[in-house]
Amino acid sequence: MAAARSKKSKVVSYTKWGYIFLIPFFFVYIAFQIIPLFSTIYNSFFENYLAGLKQIGPNFVGLANYASLISTGDLLKYTGNTLVLWIAGFIPQILVSLLLAVWFADAGCKLKAEGFFKTVIYMPNLIMASAMAMLFFTVFSNIGPVNQLLQAIGIVDEPYVFLDHTGSVVFLVGTMNFLMWFGNTTILLMAGIMGIDASLFEAASVDGATGSQTFFHITMPLLKPIFVYVLLTSLVGGIQMFDIPQILTNGEGNPNRTTMTLIMYLNKHLFSKNYGMAGALSVMLFVVTTILSLIIYRVTVTPEEY
Amino acid sequence: MKKIKSIVALVLVLAMSLTMWGCGDKKTSGDSGSSSKGSDVSNSASNSGGGETKDIQATDDGKVLNIYCWNEEFQSRFTDYYPGYTPGSDTSTGTLKNDLGEFTVNWVITPSDDNAYQNKLDEVLPGNVDAAADDKVDLFLIEADYALKYVNTELTLDVHALGLSEEDTAQMYEYTKTVCTNTDDGTLRGVSWQATPGLFAYRRSIAKDVLGTDDPDEVQAKLGTWDDFDAVAAQAKDKGYFMLSGYDDSYRTFSNNVEKKWVEDGTIQIDDNIWKWVDQTKDYTDKGYNNKTSLWSDDWAADQGSKGKVFGFFYSTWGINFTLLGNSLDDPKGEEAVGNGIFGDWAVCAGPQSYYWGGTWLCAAAGTDNKSLVADIMKVITCDADVATDITNGTQDYTNNMGAMEALAASDFKSDFLAGQNHIALFADAAKKIDISNMGPYDQGLNESFQGAMKDYFTGNATKDEATEAFYKAAVEKYPDISAPSK
Repeated sequence: MAAARSKKSKVVSYTKWGYIFLIPFFFVYIAFQIIPLFSTIYNSFFENYLAGLKQIGPNFVGLANYASLISTGDLLKYTGNTLVLWIAGFIPQILVSLLLAVWFADAGCKLKAEGFFKTVIYMPNLIMASAMAMLFFTVFSNIGPVNQLLQAIGIVDEPYVFLDHTGSVVFLVGTMNFLMWFGNTTILLMAGIMGIDASLFEAASVDGATGSQTFFHITMPLLKPIFVYVLLTSLVGGIQMFDIPQILTNGEGNPNRTTMTLIMYLNKHLFSKNYGMAGALSVMLFVVTTILSLIIYRVTVTPEEY
Repeated sequence: MKKIKSIVALVLVLAMSLTMWGCGDKKTSGDSGSSSKGSDVSNSASNSGGGETKDIQATDDGKVLNIYCWNEEFQSRFTDYYPGYTPGSDTSTGTLKNDLGEFTVNWVITPSDDNAYQNKLDEVLPGNVDAAADDKVDLFLIEADYALKYVNTELTLDVHALGLSEEDTAQMYEYTKTVCTNTDDGTLRGVSWQATPGLFAYRRSIAKDVLGTDDPDEVQAKLGTWDDFDAVAAQAKDKGYFMLSGYDDSYRTFSNNVEKKWVEDGTIQIDDNIWKWVDQTKDYTDKGYNNKTSLWSDDWAADQGSKGKVFGFFYSTWGINFTLLGNSLDDPKGEEAVGNGIFGDWAVCAGPQSYYWGGTWLCAAAGTDNKSLVADIMKVITCDADVATDITNGTQDYTNNMGAMEALAASDFKSDFLAGQNHIALFADAAKKIDISNMGPYDQGLNESFQGAMKDYFTGNATKDEATEAFYKAAVEKYPDISAPSK
């Protein structure tokens, strides 16, 4: 009996449990990621929309949807808009987050009520993006408090129409994204900094390194993996930027579509349930995101490190 | 023990994954189900359109009346003027008891912003015939701008086949019937209790300051043509007022008087009268005759209150008694009387061109299981002259009954909000002049896109050509079946 058992296997293997526990993930992944991805690609080859209440198609049209998307030449413009809006929020966000993360993680700073501040800077992220956009829309409207203030102190004579100027819309969207995400980024970076061996910082201070030397020669190089992660997730999120500019500009990307993002453009096609065009646009978006991610990954991660 | 643990774990995992699978499965099957249903119905709709069948898809065995609408206007008319209705504890339900039986009334209110209301209708109407009895849409409301989208399908029922006689609808203004006439077979598919002729509402105090008079006849004499209107705008500007509030204020007066439809043979065409609006508005914006607001924005509404410096607003019936009145009050919850804001400082005149704006039509949905009740509601609310008079007396709204309105126009009816003016007489004149022969199914989307695109031209963010290009772009995105004119 004992001999027979040992013949079968000498060790008890738990490997199968690993696979079994992964089943839910794979189900979710297949149902909500893989199937939609392929059905999107499939749909992008068809003419398929509603004209009034009449269903047109689906008729196979090959690459016609892609051709008409590219021929208008707007795609590059919207990609540019999206990147500008993302950068406007990301630069202040990463600077402030880095500073806060270094301060929070530095035991020498002896910050009081650290937990309180960590909670407070995270708070804006708990507000819905749409609520945030509505708030800004009201605050910066022609008769909103900001314009009243500007008029009261005599900076402008008549209300400054924030939504009529590309620069101010970019500024508003950037500010909102910054406010919403800098807390989240701070916490990620802080985790990264705290993961760095404390003895390195001690050694640096014993050797008489200044704060900026410590930051640029110890913190930054060792923070790089987390930094790249933050950059990539923010970029992917940025390319999918939708709710804030959509609500702030009422879906129009005012003025003259200079703040229309790619997903807002996608949303325009869904007005008429135009699955073909929307599918083609989604596929191109997928490609663009992949390419940009690869570029950033190549540029920031040098081969010898990994 | 270990075995039990692992079995429990396995069961948990299975339970979890099964629910996930269940969700995923339901989603896909639901999707394919609805899309295939959609195409079925559109097929059958086009078949029966050619086949000339007079049987309508309606029965009389329902106990639940479902009404789809986008605001509470009809709900309050229904509560006040349809006998036997008792609202429930919240606004979404109520009970109805009359000769036809006892019914539960459900109100499904979807605001029309971002096309949400039409999307809701598009979702439920195609499958209405097969829906569960208590979920069937019985009555739904539509606006003129997109009426043809629904009226030209078999999803709305012929009003006369439902039980309304020609006599019942005889007193309705002709244009209100044209809006809801199926263009293929000429049948009437919807009725309205209101007609919505538009007028120019102006501030009496500002008119006195600028023109030296606030008498509606004398003011009208000075605003009778667009040239006169422009001249008064210049005078108002000199006195520190704005003639109009925003870019879109006069849009309807131009777009209602076009000679071409928006779309002909699948190609967009822009009428000369629309271009006149563009030129006028650009001119007004550059010269500071308007306050650079947008329709329905907060600052636009504020211009209608006591702090406003705007001469007047183009408004139709409901706009004057509902929107303008509401905006003119300092204390929105206070009494609607002289002393609250600028109540009583308004008057109306015909303005340079006749037009109409808005209006709500009642349609019976194919598949309704409350045929007689729906017909009765239509009859009472839209055809009964006494009810029409009562509605006008009670709400100041202009109702869709020529006889009743002519009688009120000739009476000593007066509006306190307009400082004693009988505006019904002006409406009665304007309503007869409304011509909607160039209406089309694309009007709402194209009007919206055109106003949106041109705004960039007015603010100086785009040239006229760029704005026009942007309009074509937005139009084709909205309606893939039409195209921009070739250059």
